[in-house]
Amino acid sequence: MDLFLQQVINGIMIGSVYSLVALGLTIIYGILGVPNFAHGSLYMLGAYFSFLLVSAGGVNYWLAILISMAALTVIGMLIERIVFRPLVNAPHLNSFIAAIGLIYVIDNVALIVWGPDFKRFPPLYDQLYHFLGVTITLHRIIIVITAIALIVLLELFIKKTAIGSAIEATAQDRVGARLSGINVTRVDMWTLGLGTSLAAAAGALIGPILLVYPAMGGAVTLKAFVIIILGGMGSIPGAILGGFILGLIESLGGAYLTSNYHEVLAFGLLVTVLAIKPTGLFGKAH
Amino acid sequence: MNKSLLRPGFLIPAVIVLVAVAAPLFSENRYLHHLMIMACIWGIAATALNLVMGYAGQVNLAHGAFFGIGAYTSGLLMLKLGIGFWIALPLACLTAALFGLLIGMPSLRTKGAYFAIGTLCFNVIVTVIIDRWEDLTEGQRGLLGIPSPSPIPLPFGLTIHFDNNMITTYYLFLAMLLVTLFITRRIVTSLTGKNFRAVKGNEELAASIGINPFRTKLIAFVTSTFFAGLAGGLYASYIGFLSPDISDFHVTFEVLIQVMFGGLGTMAGPIIGATFLPMISETLHALAAYRMVTYGIMLIVVIIFLPSGIMGGLKLLWAKRTKAKS
Repeated sequence: MDLFLQQVINGIMIGSVYSLVALGLTIIYGILGVPNFAHGSLYMLGAYFSFLLVSAGGVNYWLAILISMAALTVIGMLIERIVFRPLVNAPHLNSFIAAIGLIYVIDNVALIVWGPDFKRFPPLYDQLYHFLGVTITLHRIIIVITAIALIVLLELFIKKTAIGSAIEATAQDRVGARLSGINVTRVDMWTLGLGTSLAAAAGALIGPILLVYPAMGGAVTLKAFVIIILGGMGSIPGAILGGFILGLIESLGGAYLTSNYHEVLAFGLLVTVLAIKPTGLFGKAH
Repeated sequence: MNKSLLRPGFLIPAVIVLVAVAAPLFSENRYLHHLMIMACIWGIAATALNLVMGYAGQVNLAHGAFFGIGAYTSGLLMLKLGIGFWIALPLACLTAALFGLLIGMPSLRTKGAYFAIGTLCFNVIVTVIIDRWEDLTEGQRGLLGIPSPSPIPLPFGLTIHFDNNMITTYYLFLAMLLVTLFITRRIVTSLTGKNFRAVKGNEELAASIGINPFRTKLIAFVTSTFFAGLAGGLYASYIGFLSPDISDFHVTFEVLIQVMFGGLGTMAGPIIGATFLPMISETLHALAAYRMVTYGIMLIVVIIFLPSGIMGGLKLLWAKRTKAKS
C-alpha cells in the first residue's frame, strides 16, 4: 500500500510536468498545425537557463523560472518568424523536417556551449515530509502546485484576454478568424511563444529533480506527442488529462508490471489505444 | 507518346546508370567506394519509404524499425544458425514484410498525424526490444562478425567473391538497387500505383470509385517494409556489425530527410537524397563540433527554399526553360 501511494504521488508529480509540456505542444499544433518536434529541445533550454541563473548567477529560483520562461517566449517567437512562417502554406511534413533541423541546431549548440556532462542544481527545497508512509520532498509538492497554477493561468489567459480570445478563435477557424479582423500571423507568433514558455517552465521545474543535459528533451518530446494523440490533437483538456494519465501509468507500471521495459509503456499504450480506437481516447470521428 | 531513345525520360536515367556502373573503375579510392556502397543501401531504403509516403501518402515513421528488423534477421540467421547469405537475405525481407503486415493492419486504420506518431511509437518499441532482449540480440554489445555475402559461382570454375572486395560488393548492391527501382517503377505505373495516388489524394473519393483504401495502403506499406528489410539485410552483411541504434527512429528521420531533400513522390529524388546527403554530412566532418549545427541549418534552408526538394527545383528550372523557348 505504501509503495502504491508513493508511486501514485510520483506519477502525479511527473504527470504534472508532462501536462505542461503537452499543453504547449497541443496549442502550437492546434494553431499552426505544426508537429513541433523541437519542443523537447526548448524544454531543455528552459532547464539550462534556470540552472545557470540559479547556480552561476545566484538568482532566486522563482525569478530564474520567470526569466527562462520569458527568454524562451522570445526564442519561440523567433522560431515562428524565421522557420515556421515561410512554411505556413507548405505541407505539414515540411514543417516536421524543419523541426528536425531545429533539434540538430539547438541540441548541438547546447552541446558546444555547455558540454555533454550532466548538471545538477544546487539543493533548493530538500525538506522531507512523511505522511501515510509516503516520503516526499518539498520540491515535488512545489512542482505539482506550480504546474497546476500555470495550467489555470493559461486557461484564464485564453478565456479572459484579447490575445487569448484571438488564439481560441484561430484554433477553431483560421479563415473565419482572419475574416473577422484577427491577424492570424501574429497569433501564430504569440502561440509559439506561449507554448514554448510552458515547455521552459516544465524544464525549469523538473530540472532540480532530474539532471540537466543537452539530450534531455528527446524522450520528453516523444511522450508529449503520445499524450496529445491520446488526448486528441489540439485539445487542451485532453493534453492535461493525458499528461497525468501517462505519468500515473509510467510510475505504477514501472513498479508493478515491468521495470525493464517501463520507458516503452507510453508507446505501447498509444499503439494499443490506436489499434482499438484509431482517433485516440477523446478524438472525434473524422 | 515519344518512344525515341533520346527522350529525356529515358536518356537521363540511362546516363546516370552508366556513370554509376563505370565510376568505381576510374578511382582506387576505398573511401569513395564506401560512400557509393552506402548510397546504394540508403537508396533502397529511401525508395521504399518514398513508395508508401510519396505515392500512397502515408507518413510511416517506423521505417528505421523495419530496416533494423531486416538487418537483425539476416545477421542472426547467418551468425547463430549458420544460414548462407542468399537464403538469409530473402528471409530478412520477408520477416520485415511480415512485421509490416502485422503493424500495418492496426495502424493503417488511423490517419495523418495519428498514423505518423503511432508508427513512431512502434519504432521506439522495436529499438528497446532489440536493446533489452540480450539472449537473442546481444543487446548493447551488438552482433559482431556478420559474414559478407557468399561467393557466386560462375561457369568455367570462376567465382565472384565479396569479402574484402568493395568493387564486387558495390556492383552487387547497385544491382539490388536497380531491381528495387525497377519493381517500384512497375508498381507506380501500374493500376495499383494509380490507386496509391487516388488514395493519397482523397480516401473517400477513391472509395467512391471502387478502390479499397485500406487494402491499397496496406499493399504500399507491406511492399515498402519488404524493401526496408532488403536494405537492412545488405547493411548487415556489408558493415558486419549491428547494434540496436541501427533500428532507432533517428534512422527513420535520416531516410525521411533523404526522401524530402531529393524530392518526395519522384523516382530520382530518394536516390539523389541518399547519395548526396551522406556525402554532405561526411564533408561537414571538417567543422567538427559545428557539423550537426550546420547540417540542421542546411535542412531548414533547403526545406524553406526548395519545398519539393532538388527534383522540384529542377522541374521548376526545366519549366522556366521550356517557357522561355516557346
